Amino acid sequence: MAHQISAATVTSPLLRKVERISGQNLSLCYQCGKCSATCPLAPQMDLMPHLVIRYLQLGLEQVFDAKSYWLCATCFSCETQCPRGLDVSKVCEALRTIKLRNDLRDLKIEKPSPEMPQQGLVSAFRKLSPY
Amino acid sequence: MRRVGVFVCHCGLNIAGTVNIKEITDAASKTPDVVVAADHRYLCSEPGQALIKDNIKQHRLDAIVVAACSPAMHEVTFRNVARAAGLNRYQSEIANIREQCSWVHDNIEKATEKAHVIIRQSIEKVKLNELLDPITVPVTRKALVIGGGIAGIRAALDVANSGHQVYLVEKTGSIGGRMAQLSETFPTLDCSICILGPLMVEAYRNPNIKILRLSEVEEVKGFIGNFKVKVRQAPVYVDETKCNSCAECVKVCPAEVPNEFDSDLTWRKAIYIPFAQAVPPAYVLDEKSCLGLLPQACGECKKACDKLGMSCINLDAHPETHELEVGAIISATGYEMYDAARLTEYGYGIYPDVMTSLEFERMLSASGPTSGIIRRPSDGRIPKEVVFIQCAGQREPETALAYCSKICCMYTARHAMLFHHKVPDGQAYVFYMDIRAGGKGYEEFVKRCQEEGGVLYLRGRVAKVHEEDDKLVVKGVDTLSGKTVQIHADVVVLAVGMVPSQGSRELANTLKASVDENGFFAEAHPKLRPLESATAGIFLAGAGQAPKDIPETVAQASGAASKALNLLSSPTLEREPTVARIVNEQCSGCGICVPACPFEALSMNTEKRIAEVAEALCEGCGTCVASCPSGALSLRNLTDTQIMAMIRAGSG
Amino acid sequence: MQSYLYFPGCSLRTVARDFEDSARASARALGLELKEMQGWLCCGAVFPNVADNVMTNAGPNRILARARAESDTLVTLCAGCHNVLKRANLQAKRNAIKQEQINEFNEERYEGGLGVLHFLEVLRDRVGFSAIREAAKMPLRGLPVGAYYGCLLLRPFEEMKLDDPHRPSVLENLLFSIGCVPVDYPSRTECCGSFLGVGAPDAMALLSRNVVQAARSHGAKLLTVSCPLCKYNLEASQKQDPAASSSSEPLPVVYFTQLLGLALGVSPEDLRLSDTQLQTIRGSVKSTVESVSQP
Repeated sequence: MAHQISAATVTSPLLRKVERISGQNLSLCYQCGKCSATCPLAPQMDLMPHLVIRYLQLGLEQVFDAKSYWLCATCFSCETQCPRGLDVSKVCEALRTIKLRNDLRDLKIEKPSPEMPQQGLVSAFRKLSPY
Repeated sequence: MRRVGVFVCHCGLNIAGTVNIKEITDAASKTPDVVVAADHRYLCSEPGQALIKDNIKQHRLDAIVVAACSPAMHEVTFRNVARAAGLNRYQSEIANIREQCSWVHDNIEKATEKAHVIIRQSIEKVKLNELLDPITVPVTRKALVIGGGIAGIRAALDVANSGHQVYLVEKTGSIGGRMAQLSETFPTLDCSICILGPLMVEAYRNPNIKILRLSEVEEVKGFIGNFKVKVRQAPVYVDETKCNSCAECVKVCPAEVPNEFDSDLTWRKAIYIPFAQAVPPAYVLDEKSCLGLLPQACGECKKACDKLGMSCINLDAHPETHELEVGAIISATGYEMYDAARLTEYGYGIYPDVMTSLEFERMLSASGPTSGIIRRPSDGRIPKEVVFIQCAGQREPETALAYCSKICCMYTARHAMLFHHKVPDGQAYVFYMDIRAGGKGYEEFVKRCQEEGGVLYLRGRVAKVHEEDDKLVVKGVDTLSGKTVQIHADVVVLAVGMVPSQGSRELANTLKASVDENGFFAEAHPKLRPLESATAGIFLAGAGQAPKDIPETVAQASGAASKALNLLSSPTLEREPTVARIVNEQCSGCGICVPACPFEALSMNTEKRIAEVAEALCEGCGTCVASCPSGALSLRNLTDTQIMAMIRAGSG
Repeated sequence: MQSYLYFPGCSLRTVARDFEDSARASARALGLELKEMQGWLCCGAVFPNVADNVMTNAGPNRILARARAESDTLVTLCAGCHNVLKRANLQAKRNAIKQEQINEFNEERYEGGLGVLHFLEVLRDRVGFSAIREAAKMPLRGLPVGAYYGCLLLRPFEEMKLDDPHRPSVLENLLFSIGCVPVDYPSRTECCGSFLGVGAPDAMALLSRNVVQAARSHGAKLLTVSCPLCKYNLEASQKQDPAASSSSEPLPVVYFTQLLGLALGVSPEDLRLSDTQLQTIRGSVKSTVESVSQP
């Protein structure tokens, strides 16, 4: 079935919320794919980073079904490479944040090793909670 | 009692949409000294102009105010209307109620009020205008073309063939420019030097063209129609009238340096010919790479030449300054390639097998470093897997150049196809974002290249190139399939951007022309005046103004030539008389105005101890007026009295 | 003795004592003092990646305010802390509205004027690598080391501006100056997996193993880092699945300050080098150079 596109989908509340929280103007993305080419987690993602943006541009809510944005390590490789200065990690963060603020996921986390530096623990809690 | 006519233009809805035309016309008609006020939908139209002319005659007007768009649009139109109706040109003034009023406000009441004020001010100004006549200056009916590439050659030929003398100034030892470095040209696959060569020879043989090679423009004084240019010519060690290109000097020269014509892929000697078809057909001694001329460290080339009885070489030559007088200048300084080493993710400069498109072009050329055989720079082997990366360092405002260089999609298609022709079992890959093939025959050419070249086009950018064993690992993406891809390539070719030639900014300064944010020469108007710089008398042609392909360059060059010929077609030209004027009795001789003038139009008369204005040089900018502490300087038709009257009209 | 105000951060005081101790010892050997700042607290580990979160800025701003009270320069060691503090400092300069919000919330004001430096910048720009070369009494000649930058030292580039984000050289130049042979390998600047160790440990392991394998295959005998999390991830991923690594011996990971200290003549005990690490170093110093690829 064809995906219906209209002014409503292009400026959907979902897109607006993601743009507000991420501070990124997704109209700028011209789908060059450099973010996907450089992302170290891309091989493990079900939806490539540039396609996450594409789905948002098209107003496709099934972007939330993807595993991709949970796998973003915030390494900023995408941001460094993007020819138009977009930060895809912020978009992933926005998607996670929207999910976490609305629907506290039942995150199953294995007990981390006591040798893990608190740097890792604190970062993880920051990324995996709405706060 | 004056007889002023005020004419208000609706300009469709441009003005009428925000300003109450009836109100301001009524108010104008009630202003003292105004005998008639009328409005019209489009004053610039024939009926509109006729309305003004009729009113001037009918009401015996002695001045008109046209309340309409910016003077930049129609000041000349309405001045001519005044003249046609028997008035002096300067009895017409424009009240800009569009760009300065209706277009920048949306509150109708306030915009209308403001329009009242603007019109009242123009009325006060026009009443105090002097009746002036344009200043006539003679025109030097010769032209200067800066840059000897295809643009410069074409422009020079067009001007010369119309009977005017042209000086063609070229920085390097030969004219020809970038086109001489190309192997073939799209979409015809003509051998580039084969179609360029005849034009180069024609320029050399044309009695009206004087080629000054190894030369650069050092100083430009004067103004449109009357430029005085100093051109510095580097020492010409080899006499072009005697040299017969026997190349004996080259055999004995001990100094070797990278050959810039071959994009540094090969070597040349300090004494060399830029390329086989060089014009003028003579060798060049590059003093920077010579072992030494002062004192003479070697001298072998001269010895060899003298032994043959040729005596073409004079090692004691010195630089020469040519003082030229021309009426028009055409800047055709061309482009060079963006420094690929700045794109650190691709490894140019680190991995020898990562090349720029111009380097690959030289390799394709039969006269190139490998006689037209494609080889890996690292080990000389024939590459089988070649990756072409389009948009390298372009269309990337955040990381490199923001703009698109227009020609790379086309030449990359050609490169990929020609590679396949030369290496039939080779595979070419092109990473692209879009394929821009807008010219005549271009789309068809791309199709041909894809067909004949068996090229795999991958839509996406490349994130990184690194070396593994002796291959280059290219990590990219194909957004169409949604897959990240990796290619182990033998050679990577970067289609980097075109940037203005080195020295463009300095030359622009010398010409007092402006450059845009990317360093390209700025045109007076991007749509309607692409061949003129904002500085009168200086015209632009070729890639020095913006990236473009050869057909556009040639068209632009002929266009710039025609603009120059406009100028040279008459022995005189008229300049605006609204220039600075000095009241001698008030001048204290302090001299502050002299350095203030950006056009060097002011000078001190040391005998009379007062300043003097060279009216022909004055551009009427008013800087000197502002600087004068005695008030001796004023601007014709923009005096302090006029300005005060305008201020009073505005605050009343 | 030239003294620099210094921010340790939580990890360096606990699981990463080797980083801090070796840094302090090598600083001393170069005539520098790293003077701990007063009233420091956890930097929060990450700089907020959403536009509407200033909560995560609260901690870093307290640190900047307190450091500013003592000095105009603050030196950090941990790449994570450096990233947070440097970017918080920039935000304070660029976003007056947010900064005012944070200052009001904290009831402790930071008004700017502090420069945040990484210890590598002190070594490169203030001490100078030639001075370090001269001071290196026991250079680690020929030791093939893979310098691992990770992410947070270099990116986002517009804010961090420490070195070229694709081909940095500061660690390699430091290693050259102490006699090592830095090894060029493709994943020097690729993510180790960061916090994914919590929640997606398999994903993290793939990334870290990629780094280790690349370094190893290009001839590195050990890796050197500037971040406790990178060190943990690189080591843990090797322990988790020994079958995945191509050789039976794991590649040791040390802090760059430990190698620096060793070359400057500081004792291995003071540098908290383990026996395995020391053995690998001693065993590989003066090894043949042909087998490694150089940048």
